Amino acid sequence: MSKRTDMTDTHNWSGQKLVSTDYMLFEAPRTKHFMTGSEVLKEAVKRCTVDASVSYPITPQSEAAHLIGELWAEGYVGVYFRGENEFGVMSEVAGCSMAGARTITTTSGPGTLRAMENFAMWSGTRAPMQLVLMARGINSPLTIQPDNLEVFYLLESGMMIWYAENVQELFDMSIAAFTVAEKPDVHVPIVTVVDGFFVSHTREAVELPDDDIAIEPYDPYASPLPPIDSEMPPGRFLRDPFVMKSNYISYAAHASWQFEIRSAVERSVPYAKHFLNGLVHVSGDEDAELAFVACGTASQQAKEAQRELTKLGIKSKVIKLRTIRPFPEAELLEALQGVKHAFVPEFNVVGWLANDVKAKLYGKCDTEIIGGPRVGGGMSMPAEAIIAEVMEKVNG
Amino acid sequence: MAKDSIKIRMPALGGQGAVTAAHIAATAADTEGYYAVSNPFFGAEKRMAPSESYARIGTVPIYDRGEVIYPDIIMVYHPQVITMGKSYTMPFYSGIKEDGLVIINSDRDLLTETDKKILDDLNVKVLTRDFTQFALDQAGTELATNMAMLGSLFGALGTVSKPAIEEGIKDRFLKKYTASGGTATLDSVIEKKFKKKMDLIQKNLDTASAAFDLTAEWCKEVGFEPILEAPGT
Repeated sequence: MSKRTDMTDTHNWSGQKLVSTDYMLFEAPRTKHFMTGSEVLKEAVKRCTVDASVSYPITPQSEAAHLIGELWAEGYVGVYFRGENEFGVMSEVAGCSMAGARTITTTSGPGTLRAMENFAMWSGTRAPMQLVLMARGINSPLTIQPDNLEVFYLLESGMMIWYAENVQELFDMSIAAFTVAEKPDVHVPIVTVVDGFFVSHTREAVELPDDDIAIEPYDPYASPLPPIDSEMPPGRFLRDPFVMKSNYISYAAHASWQFEIRSAVERSVPYAKHFLNGLVHVSGDEDAELAFVACGTASQQAKEAQRELTKLGIKSKVIKLRTIRPFPEAELLEALQGVKHAFVPEFNVVGWLANDVKAKLYGKCDTEIIGGPRVGGGMSMPAEAIIAEVMEKVNG
Repeated sequence: MAKDSIKIRMPALGGQGAVTAAHIAATAADTEGYYAVSNPFFGAEKRMAPSESYARIGTVPIYDRGEVIYPDIIMVYHPQVITMGKSYTMPFYSGIKEDGLVIINSDRDLLTETDKKILDDLNVKVLTRDFTQFALDQAGTELATNMAMLGSLFGALGTVSKPAIEEGIKDRFLKKYTASGGTATLDSVIEKKFKKKMDLIQKNLDTASAAFDLTAEWCKEVGFEPILEAPGT
C-alpha cells in the first residue's frame, strides 16, 4: 500500500524531515562512516522517500537488494517485494513507476540481459525509475566478477547512464539520480552503474548526512505523461490504434518519439552538471600531454597509475566520465585540449567506451585515442599493467 | 624504508573468516587514522573452497581496487592454499614485492627449497606458525584463527595500536552487518559458544593481542623492518 497518505507537509511517512536535494547533497552536515557499496546504497535509499522497490537475487547485487528490503521492514520504503525473475522485476518496476511511484531496483550481468526488453519500454514510456546496476560479467563461461560489458547493451536504450567510481559517489549519485530523472522536462529512466565487488563489496570511508532527513517525494502529476490508472494507458499511447498499424502516421509517431526520448536525455545536462558538480572530473597534471579517459573503477586504477607515473617523472591526467548518457562531449573536448595521447582503460574485452569516445569525437580533436589497456572476465587491472602500456608508448 | 601504502592478500578457505579479518583490519587501520579499503573476492560460496580477501592501508588515498596482484604481505590461512593450490594465484606468493612478508598458518614448514630461494632473493620474511592451535589455546575455539592471524599482521606492522584493533573487532561483532547465509551461520555458532557476546569479543581480543606480541617479537628476531609509514606522516 502506498504510504503517501501518511505524509505531512514537512515530514514523510517514516517521520524524516523533508529537505531539498540541494540541501541533502551540498549543505547537510556529514559524519564519517566505514561501509560497503551495498550498505551505502541502503543509506541513500533511506534518505530518498522511495515508494516502491522490486528485487531479485543475483551476485553481486543481492546484498543491496536485501538491504532495501530491510528498509521496507523498517518502514522507510512504501512497497517491496521479490519478483519471479529479472524480466518480471523490470516489468513490475515499470508498473510501479508508471503508476506514479518513486521506484528503484538493482541487478547485475545476466539479470540485466534477461530483462532487456523492458528497458526500451521504460524509456519509451518516459518512466523515471532508477536501476542501480552492479556490473558483472555476462555468460558464458560463467563469471560473477566485475566485467562491465553489460553496460554496452544499455547504451542506446534511451535511458540515462551514470557511472560511479566508489562508495561515496554511489551514495551521492543515486540520490541525485532520482531528482534529475524526475525533472518534468527530462523524465526518463536512469541507470546508476558501479562495478560489482570493486564497489558493492568494498569497504571504505564515506561521509553521510544524518538519516533523519529525506528528499521531497516524487510528484507524478508534474510528469509529461500522466500516471496510469484504469482509464489512462501507459505512455498515453499504448492503447491507441495508430501505433499498431503500418502506415505513415505510425512510422512518424514512432520516429518522433524516439527522437524525443534522446532529446529528453540531453535536456538532463544542466541538472546533471549541477547535482554531480560537472559531467567530467579531471585530476592530475592539467598540462599533461598524456591522459586517461575512463569511468568507474577504471578511473580509480588510472588515478593510481597517474600517481606512480608522477614518481617516474611522467605527467598525466585522468579524465573521469561521470555520465555516459548523456555523453559529455563538450566537457571531454575541453579536458583533452593539449593532450596528444589518451588511453581508455576498460574492464571488458570489446572496448565499448573507447569506441564511443572515438565515435563522438571523430573529426573534432587531434588527440590520439588509444583503446586500452583492457581486462576481461572481471579480472583486476593493477596500476602496473596500465603503466607498462603507457611506457611502451612513451618509449616508442 | 617504510612505504606510503601497502597491499595485503589473504588466501583462505571458505568459512575461515578471511573476509571478516580483512574487514576488521581495514576498520582498525581507519580508526588509527589511515586510509583503508577492504574487499573480498570469491567464486561460488562454499566451505573449504578457495576464498580471498584483501586489505589496503596507506597514508595516501587508495584508488586501487579488486584483487591484489602485487602484495606486500600475504597471509595464508590454511595449509591447503599451498598443498592443494587453493589459491587464485600459483604459486601462492606470485607477485609478492621485495622486502615483503608471508604469514602461514601451518603446524609444519610447507615451502620447498625453490620457494625459499625465490622468497629469500626478494628479501621476503616468512613466519610459519600453527595459528589454529594458537586460537584453540587462547580462545578455546579454532574459529578464532582469523583473530590470531589478524593480531599477527598488526604485530608485524607495528603502527596500528591495540585499542584501534579492539575498535575494529567490536565494530564487526556489535553492529549489524549483512552477511551471506554461511557467514551468518558461523557468526551464530561462535556466539553460542559463549554465554555473552562480550565474552566472545574479549576472547577474540585476547587472541589477537597475544598473536600481536608474538609476531612483534619475531620481527625483532628476524630483522623485519616496519614497512608502512605511521599515520599522519
